[in-house]
Amino acid sequence: MSVGAATGRVVRVNGPLVEVAGLSGVAALDVVEVGPLRIPAEVVSIRDGLLTAEAFEYTGGLRVGDVAVSSLRPLSARLGPGLLGGVFDGLLRPLAEAPTWLTPGALAEHPSGASWPFAPASIDVGTVLSPGATLGTVTTGSGFVHRVLVPPDVHGALTWLAGPGATGDDDVVATVAGRAVNLWEEWPVRWPRPVRERLRPFAPLVTGQRVVDLFFPIAHGATAAVPGGFGTGKTMLLQQIVKWADVEVVVFIGCGERGNELADAMADLTALNDPATGASLRERTVVIANTSNMPVMARVASVYTGMTVAEYFRDMGYRVVVLADSTSRWAEAMREFSSRSGELPAEEGYPASLSSSLAAFYERASRVTTLGGTEGSVTLIGAISPAGGDMTEPVTSQTVRYVRCLWSLDRDLAYARHYPAVTWRHSFSLDDASIANWHATQGRSGWVEARAQALALLAEADRLSSVVELVGLGALPARERIVLLTGRLLREAILQQSAMSENDAYCSPAKQAALLDMVLSVHDKCLSLIEGGLPASAVEEIDLSTVTRARDETGPDDAEGVTRLRDEVLARMASEP
Amino acid sequence: MSAVPASGGPPEPLAPLEYSGASQVGGPLLVVHGVEGVGWDEIARVRLPSGELRHGLVLEVSGDTAIVEVLQGTGGIDPDLVSTAFEGRPFDIPVGDGWLGRVWNGMGEPLDGGPPMLASERRTVNGSPLNPSQRDVPSDPVFTGVSVIDSLATLVRGQKLPVFSSAGLPHLQLATQIAAQANVAGENFKVVVAAMGLTHADAATMREVLESRAASGDLVLVLDTADDPVVQRVLTPRVALTIAEYLAFERDQHVLVILADMTSYCEAVREVSAARGEVPGRRAYPGYLYSDLASLYERCGRIRGHAGSVTLVPVLTMPGGDITHPVPDLTGYITEGQIVLSPDVQASGVYPPVDVLSTLSRLMRKGVGEGRTRADHMALAAQIIAALARSRAARELADLIGADALTETDRIYLDFEDAFYRDLVNQSPDEARTMPETFERAWGVISVLPERELTMMPAASIAAHYRGSLRKADGPAAETGEAPEPSGDDHG
Ligand SMILES: Nc1ncnc2c1ncn2[C@@H]1O[C@H](COP(=O)(O)OP(=O)(O)O)[C@@H](O)[C@H]1O
Ligand SMILES: [Mg+2]
Repeated sequence: MSVGAATGRVVRVNGPLVEVAGLSGVAALDVVEVGPLRIPAEVVSIRDGLLTAEAFEYTGGLRVGDVAVSSLRPLSARLGPGLLGGVFDGLLRPLAEAPTWLTPGALAEHPSGASWPFAPASIDVGTVLSPGATLGTVTTGSGFVHRVLVPPDVHGALTWLAGPGATGDDDVVATVAGRAVNLWEEWPVRWPRPVRERLRPFAPLVTGQRVVDLFFPIAHGATAAVPGGFGTGKTMLLQQIVKWADVEVVVFIGCGERGNELADAMADLTALNDPATGASLRERTVVIANTSNMPVMARVASVYTGMTVAEYFRDMGYRVVVLADSTSRWAEAMREFSSRSGELPAEEGYPASLSSSLAAFYERASRVTTLGGTEGSVTLIGAISPAGGDMTEPVTSQTVRYVRCLWSLDRDLAYARHYPAVTWRHSFSLDDASIANWHATQGRSGWVEARAQALALLAEADRLSSVVELVGLGALPARERIVLLTGRLLREAILQQSAMSENDAYCSPAKQAALLDMVLSVHDKCLSLIEGGLPASAVEEIDLSTVTRARDETGPDDAEGVTRLRDEVLARMASEP
Repeated sequence: MSAVPASGGPPEPLAPLEYSGASQVGGPLLVVHGVEGVGWDEIARVRLPSGELRHGLVLEVSGDTAIVEVLQGTGGIDPDLVSTAFEGRPFDIPVGDGWLGRVWNGMGEPLDGGPPMLASERRTVNGSPLNPSQRDVPSDPVFTGVSVIDSLATLVRGQKLPVFSSAGLPHLQLATQIAAQANVAGENFKVVVAAMGLTHADAATMREVLESRAASGDLVLVLDTADDPVVQRVLTPRVALTIAEYLAFERDQHVLVILADMTSYCEAVREVSAARGEVPGRRAYPGYLYSDLASLYERCGRIRGHAGSVTLVPVLTMPGGDITHPVPDLTGYITEGQIVLSPDVQASGVYPPVDVLSTLSRLMRKGVGEGRTRADHMALAAQIIAALARSRAARELADLIGADALTETDRIYLDFEDAFYRDLVNQSPDEARTMPETFERAWGVISVLPERELTMMPAASIAAHYRGSLRKADGPAAETGEAPEPSGDDHG
């Protein structure tokens, strides 16, 4: 890789900040390798022949005078069929085969010499191919069809195509316009992969989480931010989506977070099966693990690497979701480096480029027509860890401007063990209207009204509870007391959802609609009871535990079960005096 | 010249050269010119004319200049008369069983009059990141003998569970109690305590309480007192964790590490950062404090194929009782739950003064239940916490609009809360409770509530353990608070 590259010398080391002199032919954002361990470092600036680079490994022992060589390319990810089911560091180096302790130089870039069953497409030699055309497929053990495409920068006649059979990682499978095409390709992670056309988000990405799907839905190809203080449930919510999202590929980026929870998540995914394929959920997931104790600068790389992997699968025509936990750690890594390099700090010490970096990253989410002419999407969901839980801090306040959905987590809800602690007060979805259209095409035209009514009731119940704190419940008119009651039902029967419960962890759209319908029907019934003269206090005494238990006592897709329970409750209420 | 064999790591320079003179001294920093071949983060030996030797770490190398952070500070160093040699390796310590049963300072030098630690194996104190794909999920309990922790926020082997406290609360006493009592029901167990920035009085008390456990060779005490140099304080937890990692992953021990007080540690980091002229972040702590804390806290865990574990209990005081202060905030973002101590509970005379509703052990679910503690454990804990939430709401309502507004059930909940603090939480700082006794007390407390309130408990557990509604404050549940009945020593 570094054959023929000039060599330079290290002239300064301060933690991950390394300065190199005497190395020509290097462009900004190229990777140089420094010292005897050939630690990769990304060049962030070049001034009068002096390169400033950020090292992706611990630089202990690196000396002034140590050799630096150019890798002649920007930071790139090696993309290929071995990604699914794997776990990688921020530079996409496989961790599964790596040693227990990650000392510098312990991670090898190349995947192990696996071989894959290549099946060529039926195209004749001589056919002129455009970027994105399918050259063949590799069907992996779990049944995933991996498409081998003409790379984005290759266009021309097919001169050779490999026959079917086992193909090694680095074997050539085709020659197009004189260029050899391998099973694996490299792509510079900071550059978005090209597409033919960007499309508007349209269909919802079903997460199986009621508060999301019913109230703040996200579309395939859209973006969401999940800010919340520690312990409010960011990781749990993201991991629920890893498990249940209706996509073909999941990319989970553990960026500067805990090792134990990654181990736990991977064990969970291995144990669960994908209902669509029957294979374990691990097999549709690419895990990028750059935990908080791993080198800080690789955190910056990890989010771009993860996004590049997602785009790679998108280009095959798949729907992909990327979950980044937590984008704040990425932003902090940028801050750490900019302060070491003496850059003038902007808000709270973050570099002035924070906002544009966030915007550019979130813009890589998209629903597209690929170069090959199929439809694919990358949906991006990023957790944010605001310092001190302060939602006005720069990462939160900047990100919120660029996302289509905001799922704010609330510490009070979490302390009251109301999970997921998504607050209906400070969350939004900008795609609710287009998703409403989609629901209408699926025969659920009542979705919009039910959702609007529920949100209005929640808001009114909130307002009323602050009134009650002042004057007591007795002072409220009967109708308002029913609104309070319904607010509680909405929270307990719909919004709360236990990730630990087998029945409740995932909730199908049909069951979601049935649960919401049940609560709203009970609300109407309560109103008609007070109109019939029953005092509000008597309505409040009615045992409605069937309603709150329904989510847990019916199967994940058992809408009929919910409807049966609804009818039971309504019948029982009808017999009230 | 270096007498210590290198443990792998970067090759040593041929012969460590001594550079005489420094261009700058002040605070912890020493700047040496004219150096050659010095690596970042390696150890420097700083020699004074008196022959006194100090240790330093290389903070930056630039051209022929090295910036050295002197662990003992630069007091008494004359820039013209000092000489500095670089050892070509990072700061490391010998590892072995010799640490056990002894008291050391933050650099691993003896404080108990005994011989220095000698061993042929050495490990760098910064450790290396553990490959996350080799981690095993923590899933067995550590018993602290403290009822409120064992029952409601169970510590799990391989977990990091901090104690958040405020000035004036008995967090050191609690930490010492845990260090003295914790066990894993008969399996190999060791305790490493790193004390940072302690007053001499506190340090003396701690040594006294831990004496018998130290005497049995199960405990290492690394002691940094408030008057020790700040750079040494930054090293203290790293020395402790390096010892712990060795015992856990090379000697198959379950190791509990207690780090107290992390606020003193963070202040030392801030002081060093300021001396280096770094851009200050929130409350003047450096922007890398999160990563720095993670490089300590993430050193706990379990590894697939290894019998041992490292469990971490960092203790910190929240300045001004503010949980959004960077030290508790960043800690909370890294650790797996928190045990919160509260001045309000303290004021009511309860020890340990745990605020149960803000306390959470995130890994508890994995570490308790049938075969680990007892089948009814998780449901019992959830029920108690739900009941406490209800009693707190009732108390707030009573405060706002008068106790008359309370229903009969609400009033029972207030009795429950009293019984909870009196019979379950409150215990003596030298009292180690077994799990059977803790369960006995927990059921006594929950039995204050009428059976219909126990909606989270399976019927079988109720049938086996529920003792009917004991409404009176002087009921049997209260009596056990005075005279704990001796329980069997089997741990569930
Ligand atoms: N949906 C949920 N169901 C049940 N418990 C939850 C849920 N979400 C969060 N929790 C609880 O909250 C704790 C913290 O959640 P986590 O996602 O790790 O928080 P964060 O990532 O915001 O720090 C979890 O360990 C779990 O006990
Ligand atoms: Mg998290």
